[in-house]
Amino acid sequence: MIPTAFDYARATSLDDAIARLQAAGGAGKLLAGGHSLVPLMKLRLSEPAVLIDIGHIPDLAGIRESDGVVEIGANTRHHDVATSALLRERCPVVADTAAVIGDPQVRNRGTLGGSLAHADPAADYPAAMLAVDADLHLKGPGGWRVVKARDFFQGVFTVDLAADEILAKVTFAASRASAYAKLHQRASRFAIVGVAAALETGGGIIRTARVGLTGAASSPSRLAGVEAALAGQPATAAAAAAAARGAGDGVSELNADIHGSAEYRRAMIPVFTRRALEAALARAGG
Amino acid sequence: MTSSPVLPKLVGQRVKRREDPRLIQGRGTYVDDVKIAGLQHLAFKRSDIAHGRILAIDTSAAEALDGVEAVFTGAQIAELLGPMPIGTPFPSPEHRAVAADIVRYVGEPVAVVVARDRYVARDAADAIAVDYEPLPAVVDPEEAMSGRPALLHADFPNNHAVGPLPAGTGVGGDGTVDDTAIDQAFADAEVVVSQRMVNHRLAPTSIEPRGVVAHYEPGKDTLTIWSSTQNPHILRTFIASLTGLGQDQVRAIAPEVGGGFGSKINIYGEEYVAAAVSKRLGLPVKWVEDRSEAFLTTIHGRDILAYVDLAARRDGTVLGLKLRLVADIGAYNMLLTAAIPTLTMTMASATYAIPAIRATLTEVFTNKTPTDAYRGAGRPEAIYFVERGMDMLARELGMDPAELRRRNFIRPDQFPYTTQTGAVYDSGDYDKVLDRALEKAGWEQLKAERDAAQAEGRLVGLGLSMYVEICGVGPSSGLPTGGWEHAQVTVERDGRISATTGASPHGQGNETTFAQMLADQFGVPFDHVTIRHGDTAVVKQGIGTFGSRSQAVGGAALHLAGGKVKAKMAKFAAALLEAHEADLVFENGRIAVAGAPAAAKSFAEVAAYAHRPIKLPAGLEPGLSDEAFFEPSNNTYPFGCHIALLEIDRDTGEPRLLRMVAVDDAGHLINPLIVEGQIHGGLAQGIGQALVEEVVYGADGQPLTGSFMDYAIPRASDFPRFELDNTVTPTPVNPLGAKGVGEAGTIGSTPCVVSAAVDALRGLGVKHIDMMLRPERLWRIIQGGQA
Ligand SMILES: Cc1cc2nc3c(=O)[nH]c(=O)nc-3n(C[C@H](O)[C@H](O)[C@H](O)COP(=O)(O)OP(=O)(O)OC[C@H]3O[C@@H](n4cnc5c(N)ncnc54)[C@H](O)[C@@H]3O)c2cc1C
Repeated sequence: MIPTAFDYARATSLDDAIARLQAAGGAGKLLAGGHSLVPLMKLRLSEPAVLIDIGHIPDLAGIRESDGVVEIGANTRHHDVATSALLRERCPVVADTAAVIGDPQVRNRGTLGGSLAHADPAADYPAAMLAVDADLHLKGPGGWRVVKARDFFQGVFTVDLAADEILAKVTFAASRASAYAKLHQRASRFAIVGVAAALETGGGIIRTARVGLTGAASSPSRLAGVEAALAGQPATAAAAAAAARGAGDGVSELNADIHGSAEYRRAMIPVFTRRALEAALARAGG
Repeated sequence: MTSSPVLPKLVGQRVKRREDPRLIQGRGTYVDDVKIAGLQHLAFKRSDIAHGRILAIDTSAAEALDGVEAVFTGAQIAELLGPMPIGTPFPSPEHRAVAADIVRYVGEPVAVVVARDRYVARDAADAIAVDYEPLPAVVDPEEAMSGRPALLHADFPNNHAVGPLPAGTGVGGDGTVDDTAIDQAFADAEVVVSQRMVNHRLAPTSIEPRGVVAHYEPGKDTLTIWSSTQNPHILRTFIASLTGLGQDQVRAIAPEVGGGFGSKINIYGEEYVAAAVSKRLGLPVKWVEDRSEAFLTTIHGRDILAYVDLAARRDGTVLGLKLRLVADIGAYNMLLTAAIPTLTMTMASATYAIPAIRATLTEVFTNKTPTDAYRGAGRPEAIYFVERGMDMLARELGMDPAELRRRNFIRPDQFPYTTQTGAVYDSGDYDKVLDRALEKAGWEQLKAERDAAQAEGRLVGLGLSMYVEICGVGPSSGLPTGGWEHAQVTVERDGRISATTGASPHGQGNETTFAQMLADQFGVPFDHVTIRHGDTAVVKQGIGTFGSRSQAVGGAALHLAGGKVKAKMAKFAAALLEAHEADLVFENGRIAVAGAPAAAKSFAEVAAYAHRPIKLPAGLEPGLSDEAFFEPSNNTYPFGCHIALLEIDRDTGEPRLLRMVAVDDAGHLINPLIVEGQIHGGLAQGIGQALVEEVVYGADGQPLTGSFMDYAIPRASDFPRFELDNTVTPTPVNPLGAKGVGEAGTIGSTPCVVSAAVDALRGLGVKHIDMMLRPERLWRIIQGGQA
């Protein structure tokens, strides 16, 4: 639990951080909440020569909405997302998700940007970001680019993010009929299976559904079969249960460890899909 | 009459722990807070394979690093230190603090670095290259008993560390075995339940890991050693003997100790190495374990499996019990390793008058971290096996599990009761504690609720467990260190009281309970009493805190020492007041003549007089200080009844504890608040074993639970509110009537939670489930049951 020696620098702006990343030539690491990076450093699984702390960059944290589009700054802590009145009202799946990350200590330090950039296959946020079809706003030496959540997650700890880019914020359309359901691993509290659902309903009908899955497999994914099965169905628990039934069938590269075999995870996908859908429908309110 | 305040009696009151403000506010001084000029830091290079021969070890890159003072390999340490001693009479293979030729578990040290700071030390340890010839590893104890695929120690065929060792009915002191009675019990039986059960391996995980600072001062030829230990005096004894110093030359200090749960009874290799290296280099050195090391190298607990056979008549009378025990003790014997599983045999009768018992114990070496005492140490295993067996028997007989137990209880008039495996229970009233628990839980109504929930298809179950255990450890005949405890009480010149205790509390709250006792004994304010402990230069003698002994044995010694000083103080007061000692009362900060309260001296006046006795009463020496050793005549045997209500999620297999009732009898309670705290912690660990905690190894001997990311300890949110109560059955073996309570919660709770889970699944035909109750394991049972 003793890291190798490293330098520490405090970035003053996104451009300053990017310049420092470039100067470090691959040996630099951004430091946000430190709750994924620092444990890895203590285990000497990550040995950056310089830590560039983005925690003091102004305006990188915060939650706001304009014209139905919600924006969350990368440095926003899990606790602030979990307790955001705006999110609870307008897009509860995101607040739900943050509320069940780790424990209070983790939620008080960890950030949305850090979680997404780190892309632990058992992290919670990716499912929610897939369900709300989030845009991830990245800044690099060449300026800004926007990546869809579904394109961002590419594999185990692998994302579409260059070594000199920073994830600055995410934006998405608010979805009231949304919820997250999770089977937690009892030691770490990470997700064994986590399912986020965001529904568009009207006239008692589910018009569209987006369902994101995390924890079960090597990287997060959308449950396209469930989404297709829901579209056009009545907005009822029975429809949700029916659509959830085969949710685990097509999922590949399932994770397996002492906390859950691949078979168990596959079996839990429909259970938590159903629970997420039921909770989302309960919020649809007509 | 002077208007001195009336002081309340404190013994028996819920006095808040005086330790807590400093601990909660981060003002405690732990080993890692000890700083000495010139301090060097140790880092250990550890084996990353479970079994292998060291072919070559290259320390040159480590030695070349700036800031590295020295590097010692196992062979070099062997020149400074002999093999590590153990504290049990069993034969034991050689165990070196740093392995020189063969490594036998992941985490075993192979070299040690001494460097300027922790970072350099760790860099240097990483720079050491070790070339191993890997050997096959064995992790399953029953497989290990064949001697294949690995034999850990050449002189221990079939990896048998101990045994098979018989105990119980028909086993003579000379080891002769007569099976007549036990065979007859099973021949007479109308019902026999048989089950293999595993009481799995746990990691003690105290908040503060281990740590040591060793400071040998060449000019004085003395060694001071700070260690996060439960027993500084025992540490001193062993450190002195292995470093070739006299006990007078070694001072051991246990500063604030952040928990131990038995794991810090041991004297570990790192402590010996720190002492030897400091002596060799003439420099102070520090080592503080990190959490990764703690999971690998601090002793583990439990890991005993049993083949349980219980013979009974249809009316529920238990006729006989057979327990064939296999203890997986890991790679080496530590201080008490070999003795711990023998306690499982000792407690095999549990709370029952079982007429015939045969226990047989085999302890087995495997390529894992050594086991030793962990909260409960052998007794939780016994109670688990017997209570699960009783539950199975109740089911088999269609009898209420409470009623079955009641029919077999040792009756109050049978105490002291000698069990078939040789324990002599001091006192008990098991009906009383059972009745109280049934009443508190609302047993009949709970059963109805469970039945109703099950009828709705919910997986709700009810579990009940009795326990009795060994506390107040114990007479010197049973402990190689001696089983007494020591205390010194001093009334200072200003009338305040200083006391020392050889019990070395590390979270138990004895600074509070002992001050309560002395405040009452002398009739002085609580905050006029200071309790010191944990330093062999301050505390003259001591054994330490383990086996729930600090109050029952340490408290008794304090009571005796206090009595001596009080008697002497009465003589001085009698002289001042021109009264008879026998007529004096100590209360409200004064010493007064009974019946004539105006004739009184303040406590401080008498104390001052005793320290400057211008007219020294005949036959008295000046001063008010005395000591006492208390040797108990027996252990104490507290007991209790725990009841759990649990529900399993049908979809996921997740168990959720809905209610937890614990009624415990620890004899007289000095401080019920502290007792409840001890029970809460014990319950957390006992329930934790059933629900979330398990050390897991891969088939290659690699630990799979090497951090808190994979090894769960329970969180408050895993529990319902604990519902506690107690009964009081004093012990006759010490003057306080207090039995001890530190381990109680861990012992009763585990079987009752597992029984509740089994009960929840009874509709599926489930009779037993091995812990821990992983959701997937339960889910599979539910799936299978529905198929
Ligand atoms: C005990 C414990 C339990 C946990 N339980 C859970 C859980 O249940 N569910 C869950 O989802 N997570 C869990 N986590 C992880 C936690 O949520 C982390 O906080 C999160 O994964 C990383 O966020 P951070 O701000 O701490 O990032 P850091 O650790 O600071 O950084 C993580 C990585 O992301 C990079 N990075 C950080 N910010 C940015 C950015 N803006 N742009 C580009 N790269 C960036 C860093 O360079 C680093 O590589 C747990 C962690 C711990 C320690």
